[in-house]
Amino acid sequence: MEMRAIKFTLNGKPCEAVVKPWRTLLEMLREDLYLTGPKEGCGEGECGSCTVIMGGKTVNSCLVLAVEADNQEILTIEGLSDGEHLHPIQAAFVNKSGMQCGFCTPGMIMSAKVLLEKTPRPSEAEIKEGIAGNFCRCTGYTKIIESIQAASETGKGGK
Amino acid sequence: MEEYSVIGKRIPRVDGRVKSTGEAKYAADLAMPGMLWCKILRSPYAHARILHIDTSRAERLPGVKAVCTGKDFKGWRWGWMPQTRDEAPLAVDKVRYLAEAVAAVAAVDEDTAEEATDLIKVEYEELPGVFDAEASMQAGAPQIHDYAKGNLSFEFHMDFGDVDKAFRESDLVHEDRFETGRVITGYLEPPAAVALWDSSGITIWAAKQSPYFVYRHLADCFKMPLNKVRVVQPFIGGGFGGTKNDSLAGDFCSVLFSKMTGKPVKFIYSMKEVLMTCRRRHNMIVYNKMGMKKDGTLTAMQSRVIADGGAYTAIGPLTMYLTGSLSTLPYKLPNFRHDAYRIFTNNPISAAMRGHGVTHTRFAAELQMEMMAEQLGIDPLEIRLKNAITAPHETINQVKVHSAGLVEGLKVLAETDNWKNRAGRRKVEGPWSRGVGISGTSYLSGARQRGHQSCAAVVRLCEDGTVDYLTGATDCGQGSDTVLVQIIAEELGLSVECIDIKRVDTATTPCDAGSYGSRVTVLAGEAAKKAAQDLKGQLAKVAAQGWQVAAEKIVFKDRRVFVQGSPEKAMSFDKLAKTACYSGSGAVMIGRGYSDYGLDAYDFEKGSGMPGTSFSFTSQLTDVDVDMETGFVKCKEMIIAHDCGTPLNPINVEAQNQGGAIQGMGQVMYEQFVMKRGQTMNPSLADYKMPLALDIPRIEVIDIITHDPAGPYGAKEASEGSHVSTPPSVAIAIHDATGIWFKEQPITPEKIALALQRKKEKV
Repeated sequence: MEMRAIKFTLNGKPCEAVVKPWRTLLEMLREDLYLTGPKEGCGEGECGSCTVIMGGKTVNSCLVLAVEADNQEILTIEGLSDGEHLHPIQAAFVNKSGMQCGFCTPGMIMSAKVLLEKTPRPSEAEIKEGIAGNFCRCTGYTKIIESIQAASETGKGGK
Repeated sequence: MEEYSVIGKRIPRVDGRVKSTGEAKYAADLAMPGMLWCKILRSPYAHARILHIDTSRAERLPGVKAVCTGKDFKGWRWGWMPQTRDEAPLAVDKVRYLAEAVAAVAAVDEDTAEEATDLIKVEYEELPGVFDAEASMQAGAPQIHDYAKGNLSFEFHMDFGDVDKAFRESDLVHEDRFETGRVITGYLEPPAAVALWDSSGITIWAAKQSPYFVYRHLADCFKMPLNKVRVVQPFIGGGFGGTKNDSLAGDFCSVLFSKMTGKPVKFIYSMKEVLMTCRRRHNMIVYNKMGMKKDGTLTAMQSRVIADGGAYTAIGPLTMYLTGSLSTLPYKLPNFRHDAYRIFTNNPISAAMRGHGVTHTRFAAELQMEMMAEQLGIDPLEIRLKNAITAPHETINQVKVHSAGLVEGLKVLAETDNWKNRAGRRKVEGPWSRGVGISGTSYLSGARQRGHQSCAAVVRLCEDGTVDYLTGATDCGQGSDTVLVQIIAEELGLSVECIDIKRVDTATTPCDAGSYGSRVTVLAGEAAKKAAQDLKGQLAKVAAQGWQVAAEKIVFKDRRVFVQGSPEKAMSFDKLAKTACYSGSGAVMIGRGYSDYGLDAYDFEKGSGMPGTSFSFTSQLTDVDVDMETGFVKCKEMIIAHDCGTPLNPINVEAQNQGGAIQGMGQVMYEQFVMKRGQTMNPSLADYKMPLALDIPRIEVIDIITHDPAGPYGAKEASEGSHVSTPPSVAIAIHDATGIWFKEQPITPEKIALALQRKKEKV
């Protein structure tokens, strides 16, 4: 089948790619663009490990075709920190031990980012709802919720 | 207690930063030039003879570089004990469970490899299967292995005291049947590896929580000396026992393909493969009999345990041993008999999982004790306090307990509002009924297997005063890297930033038994402490020589070194490091150490003696709300009073308790594989339900501080106790809310609603 050329913004920078029409956004990010922060857990949109932000919304990048990224703005975990300077959500996850094995963390942080953009001071229930699409088997979620609360207190979690 | 600088502090994880930025690389993130992809063909039958395999069409597909079948491994098999080596990398003559690996393909990309597996033609002769452990024990059941008559995989018989006499003399004897579920460990990172065979031997970058198992398996399978086998650890996306403690078809096939093609070969299992074929928890039936005096004193317990082992042995014998050897904790039990049977079936393989073995029998015993207390009119806390052991204690099967915080933990629960005002809290709005349940359980630290037990550490001093720390222990998420670095830092008077822990590489790190059975903090921790002390001793000599004092007088603190009582004789640690490294022709400053806790006598066959180094104690209270119309259960609150000895890092201890409890909550409330004639009917995370953030209760973790002599700084396990205490406390809380005993896990809304309906009809 014909290859498709697409253009998009990736982590703030313009990006071009030529992809097979059936290639997923996750495959393109991981295998073509070497951004291995987003993970593949289940490959069917259940675990949330592949969560990235597309057009300001979280998506399961394993369920989105790469061609759908055409003309979109994509943000992955790699685009969150400013050089050595961690994003406030990342810093909160580090300080509050919001991760154990870390496999769900990139997706979890992206979900937290969109949550805090929309709801800068979320309640505990809103945080739980905001990460309801992300499995974590290690932490039992409490430390993740505490991390997101701590990030929201900086007032910069959605930035 | 001694005043520490780093130990016992709430220090953030040393791997927090790389995990939060996406920098941490897991096995699936690795790639090499020219790399091939390996895919596995799996059996469509649960029990069948393999008559013929035709790989010719697959071999002809453009892009396919190699194909292999079971015969290519020349009859090699592996297993936990010499007499149980029954599993081959790929099935040879017979498949024994559905989706067992039969053949494999290496191709230029993943899609081609997958397409090629469809072109392999396998002729099978389907055999009658058996999918229920008790049915499998019956005469005439299909035989799964020639060597295991009656499908008996392994059995244990433990008998201590005089159980029959004790039952005769008891005031109350209860007999019940309990069942624990079929659940998956649930790591989110599917197994993956990149394997390379070249002139230096085998190198494999593999997702393993115990890399030295694979190291030995690969050496044995491919007849390679151990110094030609390198297992390198990327970051590991969760373990929880079983699969990542063992080798997989994918590991062996990738290595073989690399040998055949000279190219690096990668595989990643799909989540469907994980859920259909990876090792899962044993489903167990526990027939339990307990005796008691009128005042609630336990007199005897007898358990008959039947476990569905699935198609192969794996680590199953140890599982069965643990179902019994720890039944004499945490309550005084003068008479105990245990008969455990692990039975082969044509289901996927059962193996270890967090709370290994203990979770099954402790669930049964906790519920039964509570049922009997109810019958005798004894308060649930009272009966536990009456029977709880206190240290020092030696059980009837010679398990020696040197520290025990169960009584203290139960007393903490007794003082909570949840417990004191439970009658007042019962009334809830609408159809909801609130229940509260408590449990008191124990788990081991420093679990023992039959072979290699110790951990080792090497601490290398760099001339600028920083330290490289080599350990064979793997942090698969539990936080051990952080704790181990804290230990090195504490001993050398440094901060954690000065220490760099290297990831496991069997070519450079010292051999280690692995990450299982809550052993890393205790045993790798002891090794780290000794290695750091060894280096400190060498450095102290250098300093002492300069100042003309005794080496014992040298103190290491806050990245400084000084002479006790003479603060003017001081220098920075960095300066001493430089002096030491440059002394003579250039000294090499290396500290080394290995653990020797946990070598006390034990008898694996009889189930007596020390199965580990020490024992944690968990007292847990759980509040649930049950919808009396739909049977839906909402877990509202958990209070976990856990005795992990001395917490070395309280954040990690909390995190482990929380994670273990939620995993246990999933297991007792809803997680289960739906099986139909050996087929897993729900092999996706959409249909196999694990807890989400929305499902979790408020969890309070309270540290009960004890000091165990067999642990660095008095530490014991912190990661499995709450996984054992949660299922009974939830089940007891559901009973409190509904008045019904549910003895089979998982306690689903369906079961509750039906039981409530039946109860209504009876009235």
